[in-house]
Amino acid sequence: MTPSFTILAFLILASALAAMSLRNLVHCALCLVVTFAGIAGLFLQLNAEFVGFAQILVYVGAVMILIVFAILLTRGAEPAAPAAFTHSTWIGVALAVVAFLTIAGAVVTSVGPTPLAAAAPDVSVRAIGVKLMHDHVLPLEAIGLLLTAAMIGAVIVAMEEKRK
Amino acid sequence: MDDSLDQIFVTLKHTVVGLCPECIQPLVSILLSIVPLVAVFPLIFALTTVVERKGLGRIQNRLGPNRVGPFGFLQFAADGIKSLIKEDIVPRAADKLVHFLAPISLVVPVLLLYSVLPYGRNMVPIDLDAGVLFFFALGASTELSLFMAGWSSRNKYSLLGAMRSIAQMVSYEMPLVLSSLSVVMIVGSLSLPKIVEAQMGHTAGITHWFVFTPWGLAGFLLFLVASLAEANRSPFDLPEAESEIIAGYFVEYSGFKFALFFLGEYLGLFAMAGLGITLFLGGWTAPLACLDFVPSWAWFFLKLFAMIALFIWIRGTVPRLRADQLMGLAWKFMLPMALINLLVAGLWHFMRVAEWPFGVRWVVCGFILIVPYAVFSWVFAAKVGKRTYRYAN
Repeated sequence: MTPSFTILAFLILASALAAMSLRNLVHCALCLVVTFAGIAGLFLQLNAEFVGFAQILVYVGAVMILIVFAILLTRGAEPAAPAAFTHSTWIGVALAVVAFLTIAGAVVTSVGPTPLAAAAPDVSVRAIGVKLMHDHVLPLEAIGLLLTAAMIGAVIVAMEEKRK
Repeated sequence: MDDSLDQIFVTLKHTVVGLCPECIQPLVSILLSIVPLVAVFPLIFALTTVVERKGLGRIQNRLGPNRVGPFGFLQFAADGIKSLIKEDIVPRAADKLVHFLAPISLVVPVLLLYSVLPYGRNMVPIDLDAGVLFFFALGASTELSLFMAGWSSRNKYSLLGAMRSIAQMVSYEMPLVLSSLSVVMIVGSLSLPKIVEAQMGHTAGITHWFVFTPWGLAGFLLFLVASLAEANRSPFDLPEAESEIIAGYFVEYSGFKFALFFLGEYLGLFAMAGLGITLFLGGWTAPLACLDFVPSWAWFFLKLFAMIALFIWIRGTVPRLRADQLMGLAWKFMLPMALINLLVAGLWHFMRVAEWPFGVRWVVCGFILIVPYAVFSWVFAAKVGKRTYRYAN
């Protein structure tokens, strides 16, 4: 573990915890930004330039703005009342534990005796583009279709509201 | 070409780094790349504030600042000292930490934008493989700091300004990125120095700047409008519209924090102009073969100053848009035009591969761009109708 990884991991975990536990929703959103930026930092640390910058562009630039808009448009920016303690909390905890154990089990069993290959592959943007347009063209098209459908749906929803 | 003058800053840096002991050489090299950027661009900002006020004064038939220094050109020093010694007022209801962090989180990404721009031959601080993406990622992250400023002030006008700025920046990011994507498509690289290299060279004394191609011209105009909107600059200065919401998201800021917002906004504008120059106006290359003797960095800064002058001119002459006009322009005109422009760029590439003559390519591609433009303007004109004035007639 390099020092930069340790710092980034601490930053991500601390800000994620803060994003979950803070009372003010906007503060939570801003802590989530730090988490996203930290994850981008992890990608950059792995020499994955494209993914790192795309992470910032998409999550910090677009997803966060969406979250902020949702907060401001729905319940105002005032601190929310503390949530009532219900049984669903324990179900949620149980689900989280099960999900964690599943992923952890998969991670633990997948690491074989051979260490990772030493030579880091040269992942340039061009290589990613070639991969996307040649080897993975079907998933790419499927995602494109999905996003287009979602966009058309959003436009239709907005139009319906306008007519009323 | 006089290489010594062209490479003067590069050789200077190498000499200074060479003089240092080996253990601190990387550090010195990094510092020598950062310090000029942090020194030069805020200075240009300071001078621009004076030139802008003088220029606006000229357009509005008045003198502008004329008291401090020769012709008022030291006004920026007076303003800077004033903002430093003013009391820093934080509203009692404000969210203190977010209020404090907002100007910082605006200026830091904006300064980072300068790290990927090529200022001259061999003069790029970091040659990133994904330079264009880096630029847009950081540019997008400044939206959040405007929101932080507007929200943390606990002021209705601030929040209105912040909402306006977010809506505007999100909308105009699309045409901005799509218009630059045409250049990336043609060059086949996201690296800014490679994009400049693709525009080097001359045919019959004329450059290969992308602005002299139909898709480049359309892309440049779209980029120019979108970058004005991204920088919240007049005529897209709704987030800080003084006559409606006082000063928008930075109403509750005073002293140097206010100056930091001002600085961040202008530096963002300059960086955007620098990107536009790099993408469409050939970066540091000379427009004519006979002008190659001028150093490359001089070309970059000449173009930058020309862009700044254009921005001042636009600010002085174009009225502010209404919110619905702003959104309509982005989504109903600029976004479709940018998409069509992408198609045209692809067509241009294949016609170049098929070795069509330059003139024929120009006519065909230009026609494909002109027709939708004419249709859009016709539809808009039919919808809006002729403007009538109640009092001015």
